[in-house]
Amino acid sequence: MNMSKNLIIKGREVVEDDWQVLRLAEPVDGAPVHDPATVSVPAGKFIVPLSLWLVQREVLSARTAAGEIAVWIASDERPETLKDLLDQFPLIAVDFPKFTDGRGYSIAYNLRTRLGWTGELRAVGDVLRDQLFSMQRVGFDAYSVRSDRDVHDALKGLSDFSETYQASVDQKVPLFRRHARPLPAEVNNDGAGI
Amino acid sequence: MYQYDQYDHLIVRERIAQYRDQVRRRLADELTEAEFVPLRLQNGLYMQRHAYMLRIAVPYGLLASKQMRMFAHIARKYDRGYGHFTTRQNIQFNWVELEQTPDILTDLASVEMHAIQTSGNCIRNTTSDPYAGVAADEIIDPRPYAEVLRQWSTFHPEFIALPRKFKVAINGAVEDRAAIAIHDIGLTVVRNEAGEIGFKFMAGGGMGRTPIIGSVIRDFLPWQHLLTYTEAVMRVYNQHGRRDNKYKARIKILLKALGVEEFTRQVEAEWVDLKDGPETLTIEEMQRVIDYFQPPAYKQLDDSDVVAAQAGNKAFANWVNRNVKPHKQPGYAAVVLSLKKTGVPPGDATAEQMDFMADLADRYSFGELRVTHEQNVVLADVEQSQLFALWQEAKAHGLATPNIGLLTDMICCPGGDFCSLANAKSLPIAAAISERFDNLDFQHDIGEIELNISGCINACGHHHVGSIGVLGVDKDGSEWYQVSIGGAQGNNAAIGKIIGPSFSALQMPEVIDRLLKVYLRERFEDESFADCAQRLGVAPFKEFVYATPIAEKGGRLVGEDEYV
Repeated sequence: MNMSKNLIIKGREVVEDDWQVLRLAEPVDGAPVHDPATVSVPAGKFIVPLSLWLVQREVLSARTAAGEIAVWIASDERPETLKDLLDQFPLIAVDFPKFTDGRGYSIAYNLRTRLGWTGELRAVGDVLRDQLFSMQRVGFDAYSVRSDRDVHDALKGLSDFSETYQASVDQKVPLFRRHARPLPAEVNNDGAGI
Repeated sequence: MYQYDQYDHLIVRERIAQYRDQVRRRLADELTEAEFVPLRLQNGLYMQRHAYMLRIAVPYGLLASKQMRMFAHIARKYDRGYGHFTTRQNIQFNWVELEQTPDILTDLASVEMHAIQTSGNCIRNTTSDPYAGVAADEIIDPRPYAEVLRQWSTFHPEFIALPRKFKVAINGAVEDRAAIAIHDIGLTVVRNEAGEIGFKFMAGGGMGRTPIIGSVIRDFLPWQHLLTYTEAVMRVYNQHGRRDNKYKARIKILLKALGVEEFTRQVEAEWVDLKDGPETLTIEEMQRVIDYFQPPAYKQLDDSDVVAAQAGNKAFANWVNRNVKPHKQPGYAAVVLSLKKTGVPPGDATAEQMDFMADLADRYSFGELRVTHEQNVVLADVEQSQLFALWQEAKAHGLATPNIGLLTDMICCPGGDFCSLANAKSLPIAAAISERFDNLDFQHDIGEIELNISGCINACGHHHVGSIGVLGVDKDGSEWYQVSIGGAQGNNAAIGKIIGPSFSALQMPEVIDRLLKVYLRERFEDESFADCAQRLGVAPFKEFVYATPIAEKGGRLVGEDEYV
């Protein structure tokens, strides 16, 4: 088992991290290769599939209580499944199976706004620099950048924009409520009713 | 029209820096092409058959003359001297170099323009009525709402990687001139019994391989809730839209699978938490944006008989009859500059024509222009007394073909000559039909008809809603054309019905001719082709078109690269 430290982005810094993501093999011809009920989670700190944790919560209860088990949510799973269970975990991860699969953004939004998750929310999977700005906006605060990419380079993605129009998790108030946006002087301002 | 303030400028400037670095990283191989594709698409950059194509956003089709001049500049400096106006009220340039695209964006930003979200699986440019603000049947000007939607959807962090592209159209008049029924979201401004403004909210319309007319999911949504309700729709779609098959990924498939009632229930459930939240529009914000769209400084004028004033000049009268539209301000008219001259691909304009149109706008129409989804350009505020002078000038520049609404005012996608998606060429078909029916007297006799041509099932040429729709298909490696009739856009939107087996390119002009013969034989007085086709159904048209073999007249058509 490789226990070397990974580099991830946490907040706005590159830090060492000793969590590992446990993934089950992709189903072959629709049939799961590994049964989430019987796969054993190796020793150490693991972010395990939500489906696995749900069926093994008794088995994993001591380790979960010790803070060495976290879960990741697949893009086709509902974060509402974790309602009333959130306080069990030191962090929650959301998986991006492909960087073009945008379901993880809505999952993060729902975790933060509906379910009230205030702990670490980590993006895992196909996580690349050009998605980080949006990920940060919907509530992620940790990013496990794809291992073949420079995490320090990816960090720059968090600073692509200094202003945004719409509200989201990071900024609860849209631009039009935050700033007075007076009309340019040359615009006729007689006004007509709505 | 809307003008950027410091925030709009800042966001566009930062976008250029971000995109410039993405291009740099691609060229340095720090990004793979697969990783770069969604990034460039969200900036409207496609790889076409021969070269990169850049699509520039024209929010709700509205342009200032300086913006039109910038298109001319881009056409000259970075392209081959022309541009193509699209059915999405945008413009695209077909021959740009990847390395130069950041510089094009910098040039565009100097006139408050960009290419943000003109492509990709995100919320696209919101389209609207090209006669917004001047149409007599307008309930309320839709453009401020389109602008509010533009800002809200720009880089919306949650909706940057949707299952598929997402298109919104908004109409503010009694007559729908924004084709709202064939959009992912279609909005019509309505007043309730108390006189308050709101939207009839449709979703799930679209064309492509599964054409569907949108469903009303809310009869009246007070304007304050425009953004929060749209957000609810988007979140339901983002989470539940299919991602396993791109042809089944549009919201129309989700809505159809769930049924309107269940889809609406999910949206309403999602909306509960959003309603009255921070994105709820305020009177102050809406009024601020409305103030950008105040009417220009009209003179106090009376309507006049402009044709009589020119002693009934027949050519001028034809043009007035077809290309000049009524205006709610007495003494004014809206003028359609036709980009459908025979021999020119529909929607194409040269740099010289773009400069000229900008010049006309400055001299005759308060410096503004609009792009229509039929791929023409409108000068919306012309004094009636100036129409004759304007016509003479426009004629000299090939922009006064009196064919608006007629057969040769066809919608046509760029097709196989340019587009890597296309199964067949479309421009040569359009050209052959234009040549065959160039006779304007005959066209006037046929009257209003919408001929829409698409080079593939993606339906950029809106063939499903054409009175006559032509769809290019691939059969065993050769190009064929499937014909449908009876489609319609607007208030009575309908999907056309296929008349039978497809035709070769060379047969197409004759096919159109035969369809027209049936119409001319069967029509009631003042009955349009679309109405006639809907009344009679496909049978009589089919019977006549297929009755005798159609010779392939006219020499080569398919395979000619005359527009390249």
